[in-house]
Amino acid sequence: MARVVVDVMLKPEILDPQGEAVLGALPRLNVTEVASVRIGKRVEIEFDENARNVEEQSRVIADQLLANPVIEDFTIYIEPSPIEAP
Amino acid sequence: MTARVGIVTFPGSLDDRDAARAVHLAGAEPVGLWHDDAALAGVDAVFLPGGFSYGDALRCGAIARFSQVMDAIAQAAERGMPVLGVCNGFQVLCESHLLPGALVRNAHLRYRNRPARLRVETDRTAWTRRFQAGAEVVFPAKHGEGRYVADEATLDELERSGRVVFRYLDNPNGSMRDIAGVANEAGNVVGLMPHPEHAVEALTGPSTDGLGVVASVLAHLSGAGEPQGANR
Repeated sequence: MARVVVDVMLKPEILDPQGEAVLGALPRLNVTEVASVRIGKRVEIEFDENARNVEEQSRVIADQLLANPVIEDFTIYIEPSPIEAP
Repeated sequence: MTARVGIVTFPGSLDDRDAARAVHLAGAEPVGLWHDDAALAGVDAVFLPGGFSYGDALRCGAIARFSQVMDAIAQAAERGMPVLGVCNGFQVLCESHLLPGALVRNAHLRYRNRPARLRVETDRTAWTRRFQAGAEVVFPAKHGEGRYVADEATLDELERSGRVVFRYLDNPNGSMRDIAGVANEAGNVVGLMPHPEHAVEALTGPSTDGLGVVASVLAHLSGAGEPQGANR
């Protein structure tokens, strides 16, 4: 079963007010040496046992639905399938 | 014959009934459309109302974009049918790439719920031709994800081609260049965050300026020539 992880992040030039809010809270943890916090989404997808073209289909999902290319970038990681037990 | 304005209900739409009432008060016939309708029931224009379609899952408007009725609306818009998206409807139009840009979380992260003063920047759209360019209107704004963003080149192009339709006078959400509403190139598709359909009666609205939006599309549909303010 192929497992795919898609990370979706706001483009660097888009303001991330959630990340800024987290950054603003850090001094209360006595953490003062952080320059920037950006928040994104992680999406885990499990394909069917016999799914083909997993990479291609993942790209369609990420590009057309998971990320809005106007404001977001995405990265696709395809997890290597575990070695079948003999 | 009265113009028929289709109002789409997605799962999670909230303002469809107010939109229907506004269309009725302005003298047109509201026609209910459902998210999985494959055809548009012969309507002359389409109003995508506000709300939280599909619970705003993933991003506001991201799932509604793939509903069956949106295919029909995209085709009709291509042929010139007037389409208005308000609030979540605006988000759906941006997600569908019928309008440029995107709507993201308000810069201050708070839900904003108050009347918004706007300037109508152009009368050269199907939905604003009964206004004078430069007129001030007041429509209620109520949204958490209303900050309009686009890249600088797109913003410049929108300004240059007169496609910024509404601009905030008191920017409530951090929208780039105070943009509250934009149009497509042909001017038949318009989206804005504040709600003209909540500004149609003195009893419940901050103004009755919203009637002008429906009046505009009626004038457009009846082929009433140039926009009202064009012969300055």
